[in-house]
Amino acid sequence: MKLTVQGLNSHYGPAHILFDIGFEVGEGEVVALLGRNGAGKSTTFRSIVGLVAQRSGRIMFEGKDVSAKPTHEIVRDGLGYVPEERRIFTDLTVEENLEVGRQPKRPNAPHWTREKLFALFPNLGEMKNRPGGRMSGGEQQMLTIARTLMGNPSLVLLDEPSEGLSPKIVEQMVDAILTMKKEGVSIVVSEQNLHFARLISDRAYIIERGRICFGGTMAELDARPDIRDAHLSL
Amino acid sequence: MAFYVVQFLTGLASAASLFLVASGLSIIFGVTRIVNFAHGAFYMIGAYIAFTLTERLSGAFGFWGGIVLAALAVAVIGVIVEMVLLRRIYHAPELFQLLATFGLTLMVEDLVVLIWGPDDLVGRRAPGFRGAIDFFGQNIPSYDLFLIVLGPVVLGILWLLFQRTRWGVLVRAATQDRDMVAALGVNQKWLFTSVFAVGVFLAALGGALQIPRDAVHHAMDLRTIVEVFVVVVIGGLGSIVGAFVAAVLVSELNAFGILIFPKISIILVFLVMAVVLIVRPWGLFGKPEAAARRTPGLTVNPWRPLTSNERLAALAALLVAAMLPLFAGNYLLTVGSEIAIFVIFAVSLHFLMSVGGLASFGHAAYFGLGAYGVAFLAKMAGLPMIVCLLLGPLLGCMGAAVFGFFAVQLSGVYFAMLTLAFAQIVWSIAFQWVSVTGGDNGILGIWPEKWAASPSHFYWLALGVAASVTIALRAMVFSPFGYALRATRDSLLRSEAIGIDAKRIQWTAFVIAGTTAGIGGALFAYLKGSVFPDNLGISLSVDALVMVLLGGVETVSGAVIGAIVYKALNIWLVSQTDLSKLVLGGFIMLIVVVFPKGIVGMLEMLAQRRRKSSPPGSPLLAKPIESAE
Repeated sequence: MKLTVQGLNSHYGPAHILFDIGFEVGEGEVVALLGRNGAGKSTTFRSIVGLVAQRSGRIMFEGKDVSAKPTHEIVRDGLGYVPEERRIFTDLTVEENLEVGRQPKRPNAPHWTREKLFALFPNLGEMKNRPGGRMSGGEQQMLTIARTLMGNPSLVLLDEPSEGLSPKIVEQMVDAILTMKKEGVSIVVSEQNLHFARLISDRAYIIERGRICFGGTMAELDARPDIRDAHLSL
Repeated sequence: MAFYVVQFLTGLASAASLFLVASGLSIIFGVTRIVNFAHGAFYMIGAYIAFTLTERLSGAFGFWGGIVLAALAVAVIGVIVEMVLLRRIYHAPELFQLLATFGLTLMVEDLVVLIWGPDDLVGRRAPGFRGAIDFFGQNIPSYDLFLIVLGPVVLGILWLLFQRTRWGVLVRAATQDRDMVAALGVNQKWLFTSVFAVGVFLAALGGALQIPRDAVHHAMDLRTIVEVFVVVVIGGLGSIVGAFVAAVLVSELNAFGILIFPKISIILVFLVMAVVLIVRPWGLFGKPEAAARRTPGLTVNPWRPLTSNERLAALAALLVAAMLPLFAGNYLLTVGSEIAIFVIFAVSLHFLMSVGGLASFGHAAYFGLGAYGVAFLAKMAGLPMIVCLLLGPLLGCMGAAVFGFFAVQLSGVYFAMLTLAFAQIVWSIAFQWVSVTGGDNGILGIWPEKWAASPSHFYWLALGVAASVTIALRAMVFSPFGYALRATRDSLLRSEAIGIDAKRIQWTAFVIAGTTAGIGGALFAYLKGSVFPDNLGISLSVDALVMVLLGGVETVSGAVIGAIVYKALNIWLVSQTDLSKLVLGGFIMLIVVVFPKGIVGMLEMLAQRRRKSSPPGSPLLAKPIESAE
């Protein structure tokens, strides 16, 4: 398994947010984490990369337990994270944003260069020196993903990549994610949009109120409209 | 004409050193969000070490090598401080960081005297820059010309460092979003440490380069830090270009202020700073910050009024305190009166800071204004004591009304700095307006009338006022006004959304706190029989902050305990050791790092723990405050 999460519990101060979250991601797989607003998708991702201070549970990445490591070490091990609210550095140019994400080559993961990323996201290549703050939402989303890929991750946590984007940009996003998959990057993508998730994912988990309440292939999910309707707002 | 040109150039030369220190402070703040009060101390150590090294090493190489070596050595000290002290408090509220670095400053002041002695030291002239250049009959020291060139050169080097290196890109990224930088695999710890080292290096270099111009002495840190605060606030915290422009502006204001407005030269820069903060709070070159989530306390314990048992206990404590004259001598009673007065002062700041969420760094201004109010009424108008005591604090009230109106337009660090600037303005007026205030000599001979003259009577007076003030403010916490004030503290936006006029509530709180401090100051004038500019100085403002912190910021009445413990300890230390600042500074740092909840907060926590096993995730030290999804 590429990534195994077992018994993950997280707190924000006195509030218990995640309850015994568990899921698995296989080598080269694209797994969707589906759930409504506030279900705990982002907290799950933030907990995995160590951005939530109060968490417990086992997080195995490439056979090693990373749950006690600080954020930057987890990321340097090859576990990339693309946050939800497109936290690009608005004062930095596109190229400088990519520079922040740059990490050395990794033997077991595809190597991304600026040129390769500009080919994947042609828009970015046309605005190398533009400050991040003067880009459209879709361009910012692409930059966030490209920035994380500069770290040559072998697995990427993608938090709601289609949120707030126009249908045309969403199409580009689907292409980009499929390219990443083809290059051999494993992906966990959190989504509210089942249609989008279906276009890219092999399997799906459903999270509701901080608990995993379904796990299976996309076909198995389609066979259970009751679960789909109960936990996802479509 | 030539004279003005030379004056202008002298200003530019002073700007160089100021810019170095200010840019260091700005860089550190940008990334770590710590307003490093100890920056002046690093500047001072830089000057002292450079003095020693340039004395020992000979020749031109020895001089310039000594300057650079001194700056490097201080940078190493800075790294140690960052790793040992600051790493523990990055996530604590900003007030704690200011106090910890202030504690460090206190320690350094004593250490420097211990190592280099209390006398002013005059350093070597710079080899190759000993002479002066004739400019239409006016002399310009050639070292000044060197400094004038150095300023822009350093600006250029810093610009290249931040724009053209990977380190610079990472630092700029971290300035904006620290967590995201970590989430991209960058080790924040070392980034912070390196940034701190660079900032401290610049401060120490600024100090070292001053030795051919100015004598080195052990009070240069406070004077510098205040000036540097002014520079970074005018230029914009976090902006290096802003630091440069503001350093030039401030230095020229100083150079020409003396010529054009000799009477108000000291307050000129503070006036400019106040105007900038009001018109453009983020400074000339800074960027407005996204409304930061107001840091709540360390934990949120709902406040409640005292139970009847606790009321009885408080009353009993008051009775015991009132019985002090039965067995204590005159000295102890005077100490008791002073402590009671400082309880008033601390409680007033606590009201503004803990209930109102507005940490003032210049609260002594209103304390001192109350004292001067009494002095004016008693000495000039010759009014009876009781009238003076009633009317004197009104000067504090008026000061708080005027300054408070502007100060509450800001929040957080900027609020703290504006209150500091206002306090400095008041201090400068008291210091400079000799014909009215007596300047440095103060106003003497303000003695209480017969009915309050004996130490025991005065003690009872002070104790009675302190108790009444504490009770009144405490009652206010649980009044509708108190609820509204706490609402603005916890969320300005939400409180306004339910119809609270937040600015007005905060302004009212500011005036109440200022007036109360003025009451303390009025009593203080009678206790000491005199008033001095020090009664409104920075160190008194910081004393008040420490008292509140020591008692516990999050408690309702911790300030009372904090004032008693701190003042008693302070008086005792001064009588016991010459190194009181060293001990006090270490003590402040210890509280911040080990007991961030203060004495009362600790006791409350222990009591709670005894009642039930403590809830998960409430460790002693501050945890990062996370944004819930």
